[in-house]
Amino acid sequence: MAYTETVDAHDHHDHPPAGIWRWLSTTNHKDIGTLYLVFSGIMFFVGGAMAMVIRLELFKPGMQFVDPAFFNSMTTVHGLAMIFGAVMPAWVGLANWMIPLQVGAPDMALPRMNNFSFWLLPFAFTLLLIGFFVPGGAPAGGWTLYPPLVLQGGDSFPMAIFAIHLMGASSIMGAINVIVTIMNMRAPGITLLRMPLFVWTWLITAYLLILVMPVLAGSVTMLLTDHFFGTSFFSASGGGDPVMFQHIFWFFGHPEVYILILPAFGIVSEVIPTFSRKPLFGYEAMVYATASIAFLSFIVWAHHMFTVGMPLAGELFFMLSTMLIAIPTGVKVFNWTATMWRGSLSFEPPMLFALAFLFLFTIGGFSGLMLAIAPADFQYQDTYFVVAHFHYVLVPGAIFSIMAGVYYWLPKWTGHLYSMALGKWHFWLSAIFVNVLFFPQHFLGLAGMPRRIPDYATQFADWNMVSSLGGFGFGLSQLLFPILIWKCVRGGEKAPAQVWEGAHGLEWEVPSPAPYHTWQDPPSEAQIAHGAEH
Amino acid sequence: MSQSHSQADSGKYYIPHGTPWPIIGSVALFTTMFGMVAWLNEWFSPVMFFAGLALLAVMFIGWFRTVINESEAGTYNLAVDRSFRMGMVWFIISEVLFFSAFFGALFYARELSVPWIGGEGVKVFNHIFLWQNYDAGWPTNGPAKLGPRADGSFEVIPAFGVPALNTLILLTSGVTITIAHHALKAGNRNVLKIFLALTFLLGFLFVAFQANEYGEAYMHKGLQLSTGIYGSTFFMLTGFHGLHVTIGAIMLTIIWFRTLKGHFTPSRHFGFEAVAWYWHFVDVVWLGLFIFVYWV
Ligand code: HEM
Ligand SMILES: [Cu+2]
Repeated sequence: MAYTETVDAHDHHDHPPAGIWRWLSTTNHKDIGTLYLVFSGIMFFVGGAMAMVIRLELFKPGMQFVDPAFFNSMTTVHGLAMIFGAVMPAWVGLANWMIPLQVGAPDMALPRMNNFSFWLLPFAFTLLLIGFFVPGGAPAGGWTLYPPLVLQGGDSFPMAIFAIHLMGASSIMGAINVIVTIMNMRAPGITLLRMPLFVWTWLITAYLLILVMPVLAGSVTMLLTDHFFGTSFFSASGGGDPVMFQHIFWFFGHPEVYILILPAFGIVSEVIPTFSRKPLFGYEAMVYATASIAFLSFIVWAHHMFTVGMPLAGELFFMLSTMLIAIPTGVKVFNWTATMWRGSLSFEPPMLFALAFLFLFTIGGFSGLMLAIAPADFQYQDTYFVVAHFHYVLVPGAIFSIMAGVYYWLPKWTGHLYSMALGKWHFWLSAIFVNVLFFPQHFLGLAGMPRRIPDYATQFADWNMVSSLGGFGFGLSQLLFPILIWKCVRGGEKAPAQVWEGAHGLEWEVPSPAPYHTWQDPPSEAQIAHGAEH
Repeated sequence: MSQSHSQADSGKYYIPHGTPWPIIGSVALFTTMFGMVAWLNEWFSPVMFFAGLALLAVMFIGWFRTVINESEAGTYNLAVDRSFRMGMVWFIISEVLFFSAFFGALFYARELSVPWIGGEGVKVFNHIFLWQNYDAGWPTNGPAKLGPRADGSFEVIPAFGVPALNTLILLTSGVTITIAHHALKAGNRNVLKIFLALTFLLGFLFVAFQANEYGEAYMHKGLQLSTGIYGSTFFMLTGFHGLHVTIGAIMLTIIWFRTLKGHFTPSRHFGFEAVAWYWHFVDVVWLGLFIFVYWV
């Protein structure tokens, strides 16, 4: 019977094939998760190197090292690399590793497509990054790709567009896989409201991805045809409007920022209970808050466009709808805090990163609220205040929680405990420098320093120098992270199945390192009951 | 076949081992896109683009062949079948959102940007200082009267000519595929084959009519992709739709050949259903196009 030969018989196939072909052809969710995470790490350092160039140039007023066009390429490609290359693939990598483990599934639902969605990414970024070597240099019109500026780009312009198409295709396939895995592959007994919050937040993220990535694809396609095929979507002389691009882009763009942060909410909601040794406060409220944030994220997009010109009713609507998001976000912050209330806390690296997330993401949320006030935003728009805002929500927000997740699950992946001391060094250096780096940017922005410029008035010199020093410190401290991971992969004290004594969830019911195939037989009632005590 | 299916239904979820197709697909897409970049930037001839497309075709054939063979061998249990279904539904939803970007552009242009350029409301200065001679209206190729003709004029394709006929064709094809589906479920293979064949023939007929209309527009009506915002939205929407109809008709043809080979059973026929859903999706998009692009 063909059936018995082709189905994974666990006693025969516990070892992956050797060599590079294993990685090119793999359909295993753990392999693919690893690929995603490694890729994300590489892009984090590629994008980080560009950030170092930016901070180097801004260290002092006047032109220092790079010419303005190259500087603009740096900010543009830094943004694209970090958003689409570092943060999103890290989330998909964590989803690949953890969702099947957490819902008791033998793998992702569509394993071949899973491989496809990963392998598109290196090709997408090759296409984007070779833009540095073609006439005109890499894209320099900003990661938001506003016309008409972006249409004046050099030969790299179509490369960026096609790279975005590939990234979008990859994200859509990844999202479909996550949804189908969660909806179809949960072990019997794992009802929706028994799912860990990381699974919940990822499910909602996947819906967002499917709804907005195609819109991004459509909008950049229109840029392409405006440039090469004579259409006039974004040109008033033909009856179009450049502002139309901004509407379509931000209809994608605002849900996109929640794509970057919702899985972070999930990680934090797992880490804080574990290290508080208490169940999460208000589990269901967390689920509903996540869903309402996702819903609201579709009706706030024009808060990025307060100054481009909108009817007054539009300004008011988008201001008020944006402020509404603070309510479910507040519910979350309250619940995390309440989870810790009277818990018996301990401060291992995952918890440290989660705590820093809690404080620093909240700062970013507050600056977001300030930006949401339309009349005030007329002053803040396109200044370093906006840069400070989104870096607070993205670096100590999204990136710190990715790190919390990695520190939380790394022993499960490698089977080794890592050096707590090194992890804490990494944390404290990151947490201090990230504030030195980004907090002064609030002052710069309020004082009127525009974003995306290589030179500035001397009045901004002091805080820029502080910010740059923080940037170099932050950049250097990140080198500890791959060192720690490398050492943990190579060896270390053997990790037990239950790595953290306070942790719940099915992933702790399998040995460490998690075998190549897990949950070939669904988890037992007892395992689920143990796992489900959130 | 049905025997092995019932066997599989009680079995485990099938997890394939290594697969060569995705990496081939990634290389193919990269080649295609890099080739397109080289072509657009006039670096070199479009050979690389076409080589990429060819490799892409190889990938699709190989990947689908593998899956079809596995399916016919009864490898997939009902849970796998459900995964495929859900995956297809979400894929179609993402396609709907892709079209919505272009519909959004159409509505935005008609309702906002064109009236604003014409000086509506607070935008009165647009009219006074920038585009004095422009009378906003629809269809329009903008104040600069863009397009192939020297005098900036162009004509549109009236809704109640070939487009209405094409609407009829697509709606009929929606009926024929439903008849085919019922026949499949009733085990009536001959009706299935005939009505499936009718469906893809209607599909190709639609494409042929559409191509003919495009020829008309380009040669005789001054209506091209570059004819201002009307030409842009018109060709972008109908063009992507036409591409989807073509793909859908090819898929219909493939499952027609599969029915000739005896594939699909009354209870298990995901491939058929996926294509049928896709076909209904292009049908619905067309109704939107007919109403908002051609008619009102
Ligand atoms: C309480 C929640 C939030 C509010 C009220 C808020 C509000 C805003 C507003 C009004 C702007 C536009 C500022 C301007 O350009 O003048 C903005 C920009 C931005 N926000 Fe937020 N935000 C919030 C949370 C987030 C989160 C969670 C993220 C990502 C994880 C994020 C990422 C960004 C980014 C990337 C930009 C700048 C985009 C650009 O122009 O390049 N925000 N935010
Ligand atoms: Cu926003």
